[in-house]
Amino acid sequence: MSKRKVKETHMPVGECISQVQMILRERFCHQRLPEKPVGMESQHKHLLELLRRTAVHGESNSVLIVGPRGSGKTMLLNCVLRELLEVKDVNKNVLPVHLNGLLQTDDRIALKEITRQLNLENVVGDKVFGSFAENLAFLLEALKKGDRSSSRPVLFILDEFDLFAHHKNQTLLYNLLDVSQSAQAPVAVIGLTCRLDVLELLEKRVKSRFSHRQIHLLSSLSFIQYLDNVRSQLSLPQDFPDTKFYDEWNDSIKTLCEDQLVVDVLQSHYNSSKDFRSLHLLLMLALSRVSASKPAIKPTDLLEASRVCMVDSKANILHGLSILELCLIIAMKHLNDIYEGEPFNFQMVHNEFKKFLQRKSHSIHNFDKPVVIKAFEHLQQLELIKSMDSSTAKIQKEYQLMKLLLDHSQIMEALQKYPQCPTDVKQWAMSAFG
Amino acid sequence: MVRYFTRLRVRRIYKWGGRPYIFDRKLKSYGFEYLNMSVEGQEAVTTVTPGQYILIEGNDDEYPFVAKLLKLFGDESHKQKKALVQWFLRLSEVPQNKKLLLGRSPHPQEIFYYLGRACDDEINAESILGTVHVQHVPEDTPFPEPGTKDTLYVKLSWDTKAFNVLDPVLMQDTSASTPPKPALPLFTPCASPTATPVSRGPVHHALPTPDPTVMRRAGSVSDTRATMSAGKRSTLEAESIHSASKLSASKILSAKRRGSAADTPGVRKKLQLSIGASPGKKMTRADVLCELLDEEMESEKVVSLKLSSSVSHSLQHGCSLSPMRSGCKTPNGQRRFPWKLTSISLDRLSPTALGEQDFSSDLLLAVIPLALEDEVFEAGLPTDAGSANTPKKRQATPRRNYVRGQKPTTPSRRKESAMAIREPALGVLAEEDSEDSPMQPIALTPRSKRKSAQLVSLRIRKQLNLLDNTQELISDGDDDCFVPSKKELQSSSDEEKTDSEEETVARKTRGRNCKTSVRTPHKTPSKKKELQSSSNEEKTDSEEETDSEEETVVKKTRGRNCKTSVRTPHKTPSKKVTPSTPRCATPCIPSRTVPARQPGNILEEARARLHVSSVPESLPCREQEFQDIYNFVESKVMDGTGGCMYISGVPGTGKTATIHEVIRCLQHASDMDEIPTFRFIEINGMKMTDPHQAYVQILQKLTDQKVTADHAAALLEKRFSNPAPKKETTVLLVDELDLLWTRKQNVMYNLFDWPTRRHARLVVLTIANTMDLPERIMINRVASRLGLTRMSFQPYSFKQLQQIITSRLNKVKAFEEDALQLVSRKVAALSGDARRCLDICRRATEICEHSASHPSSAGLVKMSHVMEALDEMFSSSYITAIRCASLQEQLFLRAVIAEFRRLGLEEATFQQVFVQHRTLSRVEGLQPISLSEGLAVCQRLGACRLLLLEASRLDMLQRVRLNVSQDDVLYALKPVRD
Repeated sequence: MSKRKVKETHMPVGECISQVQMILRERFCHQRLPEKPVGMESQHKHLLELLRRTAVHGESNSVLIVGPRGSGKTMLLNCVLRELLEVKDVNKNVLPVHLNGLLQTDDRIALKEITRQLNLENVVGDKVFGSFAENLAFLLEALKKGDRSSSRPVLFILDEFDLFAHHKNQTLLYNLLDVSQSAQAPVAVIGLTCRLDVLELLEKRVKSRFSHRQIHLLSSLSFIQYLDNVRSQLSLPQDFPDTKFYDEWNDSIKTLCEDQLVVDVLQSHYNSSKDFRSLHLLLMLALSRVSASKPAIKPTDLLEASRVCMVDSKANILHGLSILELCLIIAMKHLNDIYEGEPFNFQMVHNEFKKFLQRKSHSIHNFDKPVVIKAFEHLQQLELIKSMDSSTAKIQKEYQLMKLLLDHSQIMEALQKYPQCPTDVKQWAMSAFG
Repeated sequence: MVRYFTRLRVRRIYKWGGRPYIFDRKLKSYGFEYLNMSVEGQEAVTTVTPGQYILIEGNDDEYPFVAKLLKLFGDESHKQKKALVQWFLRLSEVPQNKKLLLGRSPHPQEIFYYLGRACDDEINAESILGTVHVQHVPEDTPFPEPGTKDTLYVKLSWDTKAFNVLDPVLMQDTSASTPPKPALPLFTPCASPTATPVSRGPVHHALPTPDPTVMRRAGSVSDTRATMSAGKRSTLEAESIHSASKLSASKILSAKRRGSAADTPGVRKKLQLSIGASPGKKMTRADVLCELLDEEMESEKVVSLKLSSSVSHSLQHGCSLSPMRSGCKTPNGQRRFPWKLTSISLDRLSPTALGEQDFSSDLLLAVIPLALEDEVFEAGLPTDAGSANTPKKRQATPRRNYVRGQKPTTPSRRKESAMAIREPALGVLAEEDSEDSPMQPIALTPRSKRKSAQLVSLRIRKQLNLLDNTQELISDGDDDCFVPSKKELQSSSDEEKTDSEEETVARKTRGRNCKTSVRTPHKTPSKKKELQSSSNEEKTDSEEETDSEEETVVKKTRGRNCKTSVRTPHKTPSKKVTPSTPRCATPCIPSRTVPARQPGNILEEARARLHVSSVPESLPCREQEFQDIYNFVESKVMDGTGGCMYISGVPGTGKTATIHEVIRCLQHASDMDEIPTFRFIEINGMKMTDPHQAYVQILQKLTDQKVTADHAAALLEKRFSNPAPKKETTVLLVDELDLLWTRKQNVMYNLFDWPTRRHARLVVLTIANTMDLPERIMINRVASRLGLTRMSFQPYSFKQLQQIITSRLNKVKAFEEDALQLVSRKVAALSGDARRCLDICRRATEICEHSASHPSSAGLVKMSHVMEALDEMFSSSYITAIRCASLQEQLFLRAVIAEFRRLGLEEATFQQVFVQHRTLSRVEGLQPISLSEGLAVCQRLGACRLLLLEASRLDMLQRVRLNVSQDDVLYALKPVRD
């Protein structure tokens, strides 16, 4: 960007806005690590100390970082790694290996990935090694060759650790943890997971080899802290080029955070989840509404953003349905009321719909059965209704048992908002028995 | 000082004693009754008769080999003198790696009955150094008090594989009659006593005819028994003869022997004077005691040696001494010169007043006291003018006598006799406040009236006579008093024989002492003493000069011995037989640019030691298992056979570690050529991707070949079923056996089938966690081949865990005692997993370090730190997680519980719960959330596994269950509500 050339005091508003958006987006999209992880100082210290010992003393360790989604496990780890790598001794000494349970779905892939990240495949002369067994033997041999004092410590970072536990025989975990418990190359096995019961997934011999260190990231953030955090997240850094805009923006953010509407919105968000990821999503939506003509976040922006975040997805789908489909849904609702949530089939729905048509034939066009079937199938595709029995092939379409995946409240809400909904249909929906 | 005639063989002269009693025409050999040994220029003659325990010249001069002489024979020309022996081993001769099998710390004087066949039992008679006392200690009785230096104890036998309880019959039978032990094939000599196997000249065997001496002795013992049952008198007599004989013999070395004499000559002289000058004076035991006490205080060296033994302890023995001496003499006299000697003894030796019963009890004490009391003996003994002996010698002799007397009796008989002796002695024992263990009376069983002993009595009589005349000699010191006795020796050849024999014994015992002193830091003092005593010797006549010469020899040998003793404890770390793969690409982790930092402070040090990976010096608490596995593997390796063993135990109980330790020891043994070389291969079911890979890995480790699984199986099959010369045994460790399970179980089948092949020489050790694995997952033909050799490792008890930690910490003081106990108790109660225990301790050190303001100022790990670590590792985090959950999540959990209560089920659909959730929200005054949001909340809880959810594609129909108990949830939510 050309920001450097522009005089610091006078920058076009548009320029400033794009600057702000860039900075804040970087923050909200987790591209930049925070200076210091918030609210997890002790965990940070623990992990840093642990990894430092592996890096410096060559002490093998294993640790699990457990915390709900979005609680900052990866962020914490990355912060620690960043800090660790800043130490001069450590910088060139550690070999981090990043694995993700969602990517390395079995041990074979994981082994190849490890070998690649350790740059061991060069040793074999770019030979794509053959079997899984050879890979394993190869890696184990490599790790076995090392010893505490001479070989570089390897940091195995296993994201979604619980998924590794589902690999066959937990071979990879056993071997990594076994290395960490024996006098071989120093390793640190760091598992990241959101499952609190992850240890129960481990086989007993694997479990025995795990050191049982768990770092729990359970935020006990109060709302005040949450609010402070919002403010600091939205505030511009001090090195922002345009000081005037910097002051203006930060002031506006300050007032924003004191606005009652905003506080309410944030409170409901806070009630729903404390993690920063969802907060960032909200702020991101609000930020995107900032433009050169509106160079500050207004409380309404935040409200709108929160509405977008909290919107009921199924209600949106309902808005896009045809009248026929809506009528079918209402019929299903009545069936649900009559039969207390028992599943229904197309024939039942069709009968219900026909009864309605007989009563109010003037308001709605009489649809043929194939058309109704089509509409029914469409609903099934939208997953507003769900087939109850898995073996669909054997039963005729009309008689397959279905269940409605909508709540009554959702239906009523959708009807209220549905554009030009016939009154008869509305009345039918609201009447207790059709 | 001089202990053995070791210096030069030339100096020793061996003569056959008696007439050849038998002539084997086939082998042209004569059997002889005894062998006279003498040293050139010296007139002392030692007689060795079959049945005696002898010392045999070996490569280690300080620890000559011990054996029991079974037979003496020579060829026609009488040039070759041979002897048939039964070997005994010292622990130092047992292979290093087998020493652990003993399972306890060996007694310094302990020897083992050798049952192995690897040593030639025919030796050159001219390698015999002298005789020694060997005492059989029954298995369950403890060794006589530690420190006795004169006698060797046999408790166990050693058959090159294991220590077994020695059948007492063996000890007796061999002495009663020459055992029918065949001349064994001459193997390559082990480290065990292959002293001087007769290699040259024709080997002659005499027929095992009963040795007259032995016969006589056997008779005498039974005789003794008879008399014992009748009354104790004759027993006592017999015993006294011994002691008397000893007295004379021990004289020879008296002053030179022990430093205490040299250290406190003044006291000693005083004592001697007081007693010697007024022989008729009644010397109560208390007096002696006092004097002993005085002397003890004066002699620093004594103290230094005695550090461990309490004063009172030694005092008791001191007390018992003087009467014993007197008793010794009295019966002696009675025996041969009844009238005269009694009178002499009575007026000369006051304590005789105590009577013969007293004497017996004294003997009891005298037999047992250990080396540490020697000083006391020495102190007390010089009071006897006639026999200014080092007590050690005397002490030694009775014991030997006992052993000899013992031989012919069967154990039951011995016990009888022991009882017989003990009962009358009891009163006296009480009187003397002695601490005789029931075992000690056994030791009393006196040697029967041996001819030599009878002869000795003659000498004693002379000596006693002489004493009356030569008081001044006594007062001059022991060296002077020695002279007359020597003269006496010259006067009767038979007696001399006995003397010299006993002298050898004493020397021998001395040698043992030296041994211990080499081991212990007392080395220097003892040496000093020797020097002093040798300086004392300068005054003595020619015979004693010889002694001093011999002493130098002993010194030399000690020097040598030091070397060996240094070597023995040295444990060479075994080389693992990991065949280095000569593949071109050897993968390795790049080495670090900055070297690893060493632990800085105590806590770091402790942490390093507590890491599971650090290999401990020893594996405490698994001695029994170690021994069993060791025996198993070793016996298979030695025999060149195969076998299977199944080892089970929960994780973290040291299964693999123990086996590795066993293998290390075996490797070491094979390095030392004690057992045949073998190959160790390790596979781990967890470290292979497929059970059939086991073949590949085994073959690769055996031969470095890389082939496919099927081919490997075929090759291995061939290898293990075909005979091959020079094939070494393969020890295969299969870890995590259960993972080698396949549907047809052919991998397991093969693994267990190969060892049964005739030429396989394969030992398979298998490890798994479950005890009943063979029954559970193996089909019959596999389980049958696995056999019944099973072992199960129990989870560690808290004491064991504590011991493990302590041994790991190894004097690094980082933990409070209570803290350690808490950890071990907690872990023992939960799993008994040693890994867990170590991990907790490590964590506790970290917490301790962090809690301190400065890392270096951190003190010991305290209870609080350990508690924190335990909490961290053991407490479930569910409750904290619930407390930290967002409001909606908490509300949802409450809705779940509400719905469960409504339904009376532990399961509900999301839809149902959501209705509850809405209601609750209204109650709480919160804005009801949309269904999508509700689902998100539910999913979050599901991701943490606070809730168990069905697949999310079921949307609102998915069923919800709690993964925590309802009570926990309510408990966790309570403070929030309040």
